[in-house]
Amino acid sequence: MSHPSLSPRRSLAALTLLIAAWLTACSNVAASAPSGSGESTVLSIVGYAVPAEANARIAEAWQQTPDGQDVTFETSYGASGDQSRNVLNGQPADYVHFSVESDVTRLVDGGLVSPDWKSGPNKGVVSTSVVVLAVRPGNPLGIKGWDDLIKPGVEIVTPNPASSGAARWNILAAWAHIAANGGSDAEATDFLKKLLGNAVALPGSGRDATTAFTSGTGDVFITYENEAILARQSGADFDYIVPDDTLLIENPGTVLIDAKPAATQWLDFVLSDQAQEIFGETGFRPLNGKAPARVEGANDPENPFPQPQRLYTIANDFGSWEELSKTFFAEQTGIVTQLLAELGKS
Amino acid sequence: MTGTALAPAPVIRDEVIVEPAPTAIRSVRAQPRYHRRLTAASGLGLGVAVLWLSLLVLIPLAAVVGTAVAGGPGAFWAALTAPQTLNAIGLTVAVAAGIALLNAVMGTIIAWVLVRDRFWGRGVLNVVIDIPFAMPTIVAGLVLLSLYGPRSPIGVNIANTRMSVALAIAFVTLPFVVRTVMPVLEELELDVEEAASSLGASSWVTFRRIVLPSLAPAITSGVALSFARGISEYGSLVLLTGNMPNRTEVVSVRVLSHIENGELGSAAAIATGMLVIALAVLATLDLVQRKAARHDS
Amino acid sequence: MIREPRPLKLALRWLVIGYLILLVLWPVSLVVTNTFADDLTNLKTAFTSPAVLSALRLTAKVTIWAVVLNLVFGVGVSLLLVRYDFWGKRVLSTLVDLPLSVSPVVVGLALMLVYRRDSAIGGALYDLGYQIIFATPGIIAATVFVALPLVIREVVPVLIEVGDDQEQAARSLGGSGWQVFWRVTLPSIRWAVVYGVVLALARSLGEFGAVKVVSGNISLRTQTATLAVEETYANFQQGTAYAVAFLLTVAAVACITAVSLLRPREDAS
Repeated sequence: MSHPSLSPRRSLAALTLLIAAWLTACSNVAASAPSGSGESTVLSIVGYAVPAEANARIAEAWQQTPDGQDVTFETSYGASGDQSRNVLNGQPADYVHFSVESDVTRLVDGGLVSPDWKSGPNKGVVSTSVVVLAVRPGNPLGIKGWDDLIKPGVEIVTPNPASSGAARWNILAAWAHIAANGGSDAEATDFLKKLLGNAVALPGSGRDATTAFTSGTGDVFITYENEAILARQSGADFDYIVPDDTLLIENPGTVLIDAKPAATQWLDFVLSDQAQEIFGETGFRPLNGKAPARVEGANDPENPFPQPQRLYTIANDFGSWEELSKTFFAEQTGIVTQLLAELGKS
Repeated sequence: MTGTALAPAPVIRDEVIVEPAPTAIRSVRAQPRYHRRLTAASGLGLGVAVLWLSLLVLIPLAAVVGTAVAGGPGAFWAALTAPQTLNAIGLTVAVAAGIALLNAVMGTIIAWVLVRDRFWGRGVLNVVIDIPFAMPTIVAGLVLLSLYGPRSPIGVNIANTRMSVALAIAFVTLPFVVRTVMPVLEELELDVEEAASSLGASSWVTFRRIVLPSLAPAITSGVALSFARGISEYGSLVLLTGNMPNRTEVVSVRVLSHIENGELGSAAAIATGMLVIALAVLATLDLVQRKAARHDS
Repeated sequence: MIREPRPLKLALRWLVIGYLILLVLWPVSLVVTNTFADDLTNLKTAFTSPAVLSALRLTAKVTIWAVVLNLVFGVGVSLLLVRYDFWGKRVLSTLVDLPLSVSPVVVGLALMLVYRRDSAIGGALYDLGYQIIFATPGIIAATVFVALPLVIREVVPVLIEVGDDQEQAARSLGGSGWQVFWRVTLPSIRWAVVYGVVLALARSLGEFGAVKVVSGNISLRTQTATLAVEETYANFQQGTAYAVAFLLTVAAVACITAVSLLRPREDAS
């Protein structure tokens, strides 16, 4: 049998040691990271794609308070619909922060969230924003509002409504632009068809869409105002427009039925003024209406949240999420589902 | 310097073990005949192995097929023939096939140079060839994006184009043909080539008539492996291609999209299609090796 | 031996060098450049982030599990395929080769369909307290799947080539099955096992697509290093993404350098 000479045995030993050392080092480095002393609770947050940074900062602030002192967080962020389905499928969660109400309703139907989750004064909403249009620096195509989006040749980036909450807000805003101004359903459908026809990419989540846009896809990117602000805060180079008429985005957040008790305290903190100000710093419009003094990344950091001339809301212009989910996004029969099938996109 | 990890594994027939293609040139050795029946211990071992593979491979893949057909043939067909999916399949197959052919040529040339040429740095290149195999695919995408994306130091930006799909697949399939051809080239008996050139044949003719036919089974195996890898690639395409529907979207991205949308039936339908292709590739490899073995004997 | 004209020889040599530089060497070197663009800032930021450290630790844990499992079953299945006869041998052989040609996303889908809480098997396991999907076992399963053939494809040819004469001799001298395996078979395939293990190591470190589907991407719990690269890149933390990518690249190159250095010596002796 072949017996390798000594030299390669040494090289083998050396390299194996190297790899083993690397692996052990990673284990040790991570293991030696200080863990909470005594009773340390771990809260699982499952969120939609974009509030990671906001929640991280709020968590840091909360951990300075007595309630949050011994709490650490495990977090998972992704497309709202996808995340909601994952929680149903067994992904552990104590607190969920989704983009749209229907993603929480799914958990209520699945018995994971109490049916009275939105009976509080905030009606289940923990963060708000508006739909904006992001464009390339200098706005080369001169986009001013929704009507400019359906011009031929305008390449739009908007997420996929089947998985993303952001996509649904975008579509509903576009619909309201026609339907809430006296347009018929047929006209609104036609507008949507042209809009979606101009979509060159339908990424899975709102954050994926940001990555696509900043990597060079598309001319216009429809997104949350908070995402546009955060991206620019983090160095992305694009402009954004708050259209004269746009939709109020309300993101639900709630604790699950068998969540750890600390989760309820967390939710209370999230609704507090301190947390809402942190939300404001990352581009969300605070629930209490008090904008921080300065928000980097906004068009005007000193006046970051201009009031649009016309602000649509789900309550005023669409009724309820249950109804509109069925009308627009139902699997076979939803208006949007059918449009996408017609356009050959999904 | 040989790498057999990517060379085709020997065909296991019920009675005779057939030598793998790379050794097709060697003189025939006595084929070992194994008629060992299973002992109690090895029977148990086989049982454990079968259980292991069932839980890990067989049952999950069966579940994919099961989910795919659960909605009936109509839903299955609809999922596969949705226009966006057809475009993705078309793009993926076309690029994978094209790059497989490119690899057939470039892979052979690379193998030739590494085996027959002597120059400083040959050893380094030999390691470089295996980098795409060992590197995480998401890192591969990041790496290609650095040189051929928006922040390219040489001003070449092909991100979000079909070229980027080709580039990524060329990167990840680089080693396959090279590693199947190199062992064969190394084993080639040179007397036939010497005889040919002493009879006045030019290098090209010698290559075409003597060397290439010997390499053909290895090249074919490498091409099949390259194609199979190419159509199933995902990670390197995520950051680089923009995953634009009907333009730069590949089949794996379609499947993931369906999964994220909760459309498991459609995802499974497309996945089943891919499994069929994978099996077809394995069958091709099997066939090639048998032919080569028969050639040998 | 074909003596190609010198200009052609040089042209081919430079074609190969150029192709490999443009396709592999240059892009990979940019990972190093971009990681160290701000000196050690990127590495420091990455190494002080609990999420990144947790991801590295998880990748290490999953890799070790996957390699050990594939080692044990790889050697076992190779022995079965080469030294024994049984019904279904070809099916087994095909099953073992399949993971090489299957898309990682399909692997993730397959495991998810069987082991998620909704399904029969997954639900039963969940009630017993074992969570597979969205937990570490699922990630290990996915990684074992994709690296399955690697040890086997290294060991089988060597087992064939070595033949079973020595094993038969040992058995006839009264050696038990285990003794024969440990003292005769294993030493004869040890280098093949080493190569297989190192390749499986590299492959397991880098798994991405399958893990993306089954893990839930839970930061500090089920996010692996590869998922961390994707997430940090999308979350405006490209420096961190490059730092983690750099670490993974170093590990990958170390693996194949190990294999490359060992092989020629083994063939020569």
